[in-house]
Amino acid sequence: MFAKVGVGVGVIVTTFLMMLSGQSPLHAKENTKLVLTGSSTVAPLALEMAKRFEKTHPGVRIDVQTGGSSRGVADARAGRADIGMASRSLKQSESDLFSYTIAFDGITIILNKKNPIKTLSKNQIRDIYTGKIKNWNQVGGRDSRITVVNKAEGRSTLELFLQYLDLKNSDIKASVIIGDNQQGIKTVSGNPGSIGYVSVGAAEFEADYGTAIKLLPMGSVDAPLSRPLNFITKQKPHGIIKQFILFAQSTVVNDLIEEQYFVSLAEPSK
Amino acid sequence: MNKFATPTKGIDWWLSIGLSWLMGVAVLLLLLIVVFLTYEAWPVLHGGSWVQFFNDEGWFPLENKLGLLPMLWATLAVSFGALVLAFPLGLGSAIFIEYYAPVFVGKPFSSVVTLLAGIPSVVFGLWGLTELVPLINSIHPPGASLLAAILVLTLMILPTITLTSRSALSSLPSHLLQSSAALALSKKSMIIGVLVPSALRGIIGGVLLALVRALGETMAVLMVAGNVVQTPTGLFEPVRVLTANIALEMAYATDNHRAALFASGILLMILVFCVAWIASRLSSGEVNGYD
Repeated sequence: MFAKVGVGVGVIVTTFLMMLSGQSPLHAKENTKLVLTGSSTVAPLALEMAKRFEKTHPGVRIDVQTGGSSRGVADARAGRADIGMASRSLKQSESDLFSYTIAFDGITIILNKKNPIKTLSKNQIRDIYTGKIKNWNQVGGRDSRITVVNKAEGRSTLELFLQYLDLKNSDIKASVIIGDNQQGIKTVSGNPGSIGYVSVGAAEFEADYGTAIKLLPMGSVDAPLSRPLNFITKQKPHGIIKQFILFAQSTVVNDLIEEQYFVSLAEPSK
Repeated sequence: MNKFATPTKGIDWWLSIGLSWLMGVAVLLLLLIVVFLTYEAWPVLHGGSWVQFFNDEGWFPLENKLGLLPMLWATLAVSFGALVLAFPLGLGSAIFIEYYAPVFVGKPFSSVVTLLAGIPSVVFGLWGLTELVPLINSIHPPGASLLAAILVLTLMILPTITLTSRSALSSLPSHLLQSSAALALSKKSMIIGVLVPSALRGIIGGVLLALVRALGETMAVLMVAGNVVQTPTGLFEPVRVLTANIALEMAYATDNHRAALFASGILLMILVFCVAWIASRLSSGEVNGYD
């Protein structure tokens, strides 16, 4: 009996070591498998697209994992993923990779629903985030302290926001730092004096479901604060990878893109 | 007769083999974790570059500023703050359950405490984020603060302190109670003068266990502490603890930023090792603390 326990432990340890080395015994090569990793903004959209693609392509399995844009780029380069997902354009140092835009996402300022402020100029937003404006009455609101909600380092939303305001992250005087969009929305909806910025998709979705936030779109009509949602590959895509990228860029998936409040390629005017 | 003796010996032998296997696996895993952490953190550790963790002003990894000290102070402030609140509450509850409560109160009360120990930390975090933080915000913005983190953590470590203190008190030999009763001591002086001091070692062990849990807690603190990297200067200021730093940024970090996050993991581990070492020092020596 104890011999069995010993063997059992051996099996557990071996399985664990195999998991560590990433070679799960369950994934034999009987199907074509695509692995996508990267941006948590792109992932839910890619997942829906993958489901639809799998239906029309039996034998293809698509595995979508999240972990941020930087990981998507790194995984595509290292070959850990067939396609990396990134919610930003490629940087100069990444120009050896191939990038395919599948949709656009905007960034919006969010305020608590109780906040009477209707608009904020770019300069006002910059002054609020750098701590020059500390009270809402300085921009025409109530007399209450501003709670500045910023994103954690490494997020592409933060990068784009800083780029738009032409700031460094160390210039920002934040009162709360959040991880994902959800946490930001919860923080702002629970605090009447707060200001934050999140993905338009996530914010519109929550506002529609009655969360106590309101959106203050950033940028003007001709220069909106938006970012591309990209698929990244190491080599020029071919075979099933190419098929999936073309599928993701086609009009067949427009309803999926709109469901998640992103902007499809077909309407670049927005 | 041999027929019976041999299998008994055999089972013992297999048991000791099996157990040493299990122990070996546990030790091996711990070693693997340490090796792995050091390996991943190596780019920011080698050649004395680790001093930047203590010299850099602030934490802006993309601008190559990797100061960990503010987060270390925040971690300690949150943990010890929670301990200061939870210790009297926990010990008080334990004394109440053990010596004062009538059965129909004590039983439900102690099962409530056990239930409290089983609530997942993310639930505490969610409650803190949606109820506690707005409440503190109405007193002093921004709400997400050192105070919020301390209060949520207090709730989380309270059951640990209560349950371990109670078991330390209830495992005291009955002659202690009898002899002090024979001296006609009042209940109060029995508890303060004899019973609690006798169980002190067990109580402190539980407190250190709670401290380790507080140091390692991630989700709940992440959700309510505000996560601004700064040395804590007031209860209403937002702070970021080491664990929250790892959870917030790991998925998005590359290169030195990533290595620095592993280094903050090492720092946290050293901290926990220190506490565990103190705990083992205190619990070694005489087994019976009352002696």
